[in-house]
Amino acid sequence: MLTPVTTWIDERFPMSKMVREHLTEYYAPKNFNFWYFFGGLAIFVLGIQILSGIFLTMHYKPDADKAFASVEYIMRDVPLGWLIRYVHSTGASLFFVVIYLHMFRALLYGSYRKPRELLWIFGMVIYLCLMAEAFFGYLLPWGQMSYWGAQVIVNLFGAVPLIGPDLAVWIRGDYVVSDATLSRFFALHVIAVPIALLGLVVAHILSLHEVGSNNPDGIDIKKNKDPISGKPLDGIPFHPYYTVKDIFGLVIFMIIFAFIVFFAPEMGGYFLEHNNFIPADPLKTPDHIAPVWYFTPFYSILRAVPPMFGSQFPGVLAMGGAVVILFFLPWLDRSPVRSIRYKGPLFKISLTIFVASFLLLGYLGLKPTNIWGQLGGADVATVVAQLCTVLYFMFFISLPIVSILDRTKVEPDRVTS
Amino acid sequence: MKTIMIVIWSVLCCSGVAAAAGGGYSLNNANIDTTDAESLQRGAKIFADRCLSCHAATFMRYNRLADIGLSQGQIKQYFIADDSVKVGDTMKSAIDASTAKQMFGVTPPDLSVVSRSRGSDWLYTYFISFYKDEATTTGWNNRIFPNVAMPNVFSQEQGVLRAVYAKDDKSIVSLQRETEGTLTSRAFDDSMLDLTNFLVFMGEPAAEKRKQIGSLVIIFLIFFAFMAWAVKREFWKDVH
Repeated sequence: MLTPVTTWIDERFPMSKMVREHLTEYYAPKNFNFWYFFGGLAIFVLGIQILSGIFLTMHYKPDADKAFASVEYIMRDVPLGWLIRYVHSTGASLFFVVIYLHMFRALLYGSYRKPRELLWIFGMVIYLCLMAEAFFGYLLPWGQMSYWGAQVIVNLFGAVPLIGPDLAVWIRGDYVVSDATLSRFFALHVIAVPIALLGLVVAHILSLHEVGSNNPDGIDIKKNKDPISGKPLDGIPFHPYYTVKDIFGLVIFMIIFAFIVFFAPEMGGYFLEHNNFIPADPLKTPDHIAPVWYFTPFYSILRAVPPMFGSQFPGVLAMGGAVVILFFLPWLDRSPVRSIRYKGPLFKISLTIFVASFLLLGYLGLKPTNIWGQLGGADVATVVAQLCTVLYFMFFISLPIVSILDRTKVEPDRVTS
Repeated sequence: MKTIMIVIWSVLCCSGVAAAAGGGYSLNNANIDTTDAESLQRGAKIFADRCLSCHAATFMRYNRLADIGLSQGQIKQYFIADDSVKVGDTMKSAIDASTAKQMFGVTPPDLSVVSRSRGSDWLYTYFISFYKDEATTTGWNNRIFPNVAMPNVFSQEQGVLRAVYAKDDKSIVSLQRETEGTLTSRAFDDSMLDLTNFLVFMGEPAAEKRKQIGSLVIIFLIFFAFMAWAVKREFWKDVH
């Protein structure tokens, strides 16, 4: 397909070369299953967020006196403004759904294992940026939950010994969350973090294409190459095979996305919290401050750790540690096999307990600590959260031993379907 | 793999059950229909005549009432008393915020999006749950919003209710009618449903349009999904 135009470009820019390297001659394992849709979907949602974000920025006012009203202006007076806003708010939550499933896929099939450690680390940094992006963005509607959620999170930095209080003021730009905070969070949300995210996504994909994709069997398809052509026998070109397959997955995802945007944009108060339709009031603390669902597992861990020496810092450390420990996964897993398909019962039990505690922590983080009543003077929910916190960390701490002791099965030479 | 899915599902199911439990005094079910234009118009009239005396709806423009079937002429004639107010203006309160604060001790909240923070059931229950209570400054109290600063503005229509307390503690068992109002109990409840209906409409005026567009989008996407599936199947025929 060498037209004069492509030839002209190729002599000046490696267009055809890049298309070959990343699409038509990038060989992906032929046995990708359901779990392999989410990487592509994450890129799609990133695009959606940037596009809808651009249009929101045209009408939104990052000013404490005008922010809440400008969001309602978008909802009422901007043509199809409600659609742009709901796409952005739904996209934020679904971004996390997609990313959590994408990360779970890596846990299932050992996608973080050598030689994909750096790929995993880039992914984790993307996840951190995404959390920062969501946190900054959540302040912008300037509702009660925006305001008090930001107040609570910034105060966590205040718990850091010695520099804490100064650090919190430095982040806020004021002694309380105020107009100064709103303006800087806006700048970070629309410029700083998105630029970092885009760069990291490029790095993530480049390192993926350097080492090649893992697959549900966790075996290396480059070991079995066609002796003449040198192509992996179990690999198929990403384009057209996975482009057409991913388009199908994308449309199914869009149906779910559209259903939420058009029929349940608040998602029962989980995607758009009811209290966030009350304008921010610095003098009125809501009875119950809950972060949005995607932060609640970590919020639960924070609440589960009791204050020590009169300081909240241990809880903050545990919460930070719960995220940071994921970075070390490639070195904690010492199993001779990558995929759960060939791992033994110990790992399967361990992963099940981990997922269950993560979900339970997420649920408890949405609720006040007294929901399950009291037993012997302690909140039952808090005790359960403490147990789950221990189980959460135990997964990582026990992984080196679990993965060595486990009775693994023998990996096949070629991928199975 | 199966075990994991079973665990995930059982956790999700348990959390659903736990979420359903709890809560205090149960709310009345406001069975409203935001496509019922007549109910919305009646509710809008109550809102403009009564609520806007003290409250504002600063994000709601009068001409948005066109969405519930009113013409510009009708909006001007029935909803705007002050000639200086244009149909494109937002709904301001009849009294200014500082006077209101002096009268009630708090600024009456803006009602533009109150339905989105409170929900329709709460609003409806709130409207019908005022009772006479000489212990408060206004002489009124509310069963689901204890010591609310707002008096019962609908006491003419509703009549006066009084709280019946439990013998052992101070909890309210029920509200009992003391005097009759100008409306029957049923007619009053219906008018409060109309008002609730209007507040829900005002919370998100584009909601009906959203659902209409949504149906078309989803029908298109389902069609698109079949096409995408067919293309995928065709391309993958030679992968074994």
